Amino acid sequence: MNTFKQHSILPGFNLALGFTLLYLSLIVLIPLSAAFIRTAELTWPEFWSIVTTPRVVASYRLTFGASFAAACVNVVFGLLVAWVLVRYHFPGKKLVDALVDLPFALPTAVAGIALTALYAGNGWIGQFLEPLGIKVAFTPIGIFVALTFIGLPFVVRTVQPVLEDIESELEEAAATLGANRWQTFTRVIFPAIFPALMTGFALAFARAIGEYGSVIFIAGNMPMISEITPLLIVTKLEQYDYAGATALSVVMLVISFILLLIINLLQWWSRRRSTIT
Amino acid sequence: MSIEVLNLSKQFGTFTALHDVNLQVHSGELLALLGPSGSGKTTLLRVIAGLETADSGQVLFHGEDATDQHVRERQVGFVFQHYALFRNMTIFENVAFGLRVRPKKFRPSETEIRDRVMKLLHLVQLDWLADRYPHQLSGGQRQRIALARALAVEPKVLLLDEPFGALDAKVRKELRSWLRRLHDDMHITSVFVTHDQEEALEVADRVVVMNEGRIEQIGTPDEVYEQPASPFVYEFLGNVNLFHSRLHRGRAWIGDIEVDVPEHAEADELTAVAYVRPHEIEVERTQNGEAALAARVVHVLSVGPIVRLEVMRIDDADKTPIQVEISKERFRELQLIKGDEVFIKPRRLDLFPKQQSSVNDTAQAQ
Repeated sequence: MNTFKQHSILPGFNLALGFTLLYLSLIVLIPLSAAFIRTAELTWPEFWSIVTTPRVVASYRLTFGASFAAACVNVVFGLLVAWVLVRYHFPGKKLVDALVDLPFALPTAVAGIALTALYAGNGWIGQFLEPLGIKVAFTPIGIFVALTFIGLPFVVRTVQPVLEDIESELEEAAATLGANRWQTFTRVIFPAIFPALMTGFALAFARAIGEYGSVIFIAGNMPMISEITPLLIVTKLEQYDYAGATALSVVMLVISFILLLIINLLQWWSRRRSTIT
Repeated sequence: MSIEVLNLSKQFGTFTALHDVNLQVHSGELLALLGPSGSGKTTLLRVIAGLETADSGQVLFHGEDATDQHVRERQVGFVFQHYALFRNMTIFENVAFGLRVRPKKFRPSETEIRDRVMKLLHLVQLDWLADRYPHQLSGGQRQRIALARALAVEPKVLLLDEPFGALDAKVRKELRSWLRRLHDDMHITSVFVTHDQEEALEVADRVVVMNEGRIEQIGTPDEVYEQPASPFVYEFLGNVNLFHSRLHRGRAWIGDIEVDVPEHAEADELTAVAYVRPHEIEVERTQNGEAALAARVVHVLSVGPIVRLEVMRIDDADKTPIQVEISKERFRELQLIKGDEVFIKPRRLDLFPKQQSSVNDTAQAQ
């Protein structure tokens, strides 16, 4: 046990580590293992048939696909918002800055209802899109819109501080060396914010996978078309099919874990190349 | 490539960073901009580089107006105080950056880039670090890489903003003599900013002393040290003693000592301040006929070849200790110890009449 202990000027290593482990166990590990234990009531064939029914598979595809697309969009536009907030001064900047946090604070159901009202065939925006043949509400596009909405602050808030920390000297140095704005961005600034951008992406993605409240209002929840996995889980719970619900949970958990692991590895790889002293 | 700065002014809000500055940098010289913080030296350098735009005035490169040229087109090499190396690139890529971002037409081939970068890394004696990342280098190494990077684009002028400011004293000393040698080899017109007078005097061909957005004096290190043009320059460059004196029709009095100052022939009953360097003061045990100031030794520091004395005038007219520097031999002859009474006399002094209006002693230059 002593090999773990490093002599440090900061006291309380044992206490702090103990507390951390206890806390993580209570809050994260025990509930998660409960899902696995409950699932273990099923036999392998039972488990496999539950998690591979076409309706369930379609919901995986929708959940992960829409989340991925939403996170990608958020990376682009979140970066843009962060850029504008850091780089420019304009009247009402504080207000815009505060607005970014709104999706954090807003009950997701409220967001879902508001978005549905906007994008429904007779809504403010929907009435213009409908004649063009674009249906947003009650389709996978609606899910994508809702997931984009809730994921935006994650990207903005992770990229913003990093962008603020980039010394203007770096850009000036690039300029004196003859680089134009685009080259300065792609070669100097982007590599510096890439790890933060990946973190923002991972957070937005993870959040979108687990999102329930805002999606069920706008999705229409048609089996095979616009039904997300979290909804299926809730449906199974309502039918007292606890084992089935946890089986789906376990699948989602494993996929999410693998995806986040990959993102973390990517981050580690990019950070290793640009360690800050 | 010469640089000319004409009537440059720059304000930041209510703060005047540059006040009608005129400056000529000769082709191939190494010029130091010296001054305390807030004196406008860095702003001047950045305006020359094109990183900052002046409110009025012009910058000429080789006689051509470059005032409206973008920093990209000015072909200046700029070295920053905190190196500003690109963290995500290897040392090699940092130095190659300026070549790689060139438009395709002007971009050298991969082998040429390789040759050029390695040659530069060799020049700064760090070719063995080519594959490292900036965070793996020491401060002194980073600054040399920053210099190599600036030189890679073959700049017409090299501008350095407090290049050694972030380094420790020993590395700093090494690097500045290294920079001097490098400049002697390359003869690229260079301007560097520093607040360290020793650095400026040691490295530069000419020194520009700045204060509050104005140029106080331009000259060789010898000139600015030996013939300071203003009290500010006197006080900024090295230690100096101040003696209060009376000035009247070309003659000045410090206590009983009377000196001729023909350049102040029109002065009419003025008070003035005499500036005397510590090594320009003679110390005697006895008065031997000549007028001198009686003083008492209050401190002796005899480490090294120069002995520093602190003496206090017995009549206490100046109320501050006077710094005196004498050679070790002289010190042995005099056999001084703390508390001894001595007679001091300035060998050489500069007199600056007190301005009627100004509250303190900083008389205006010229």
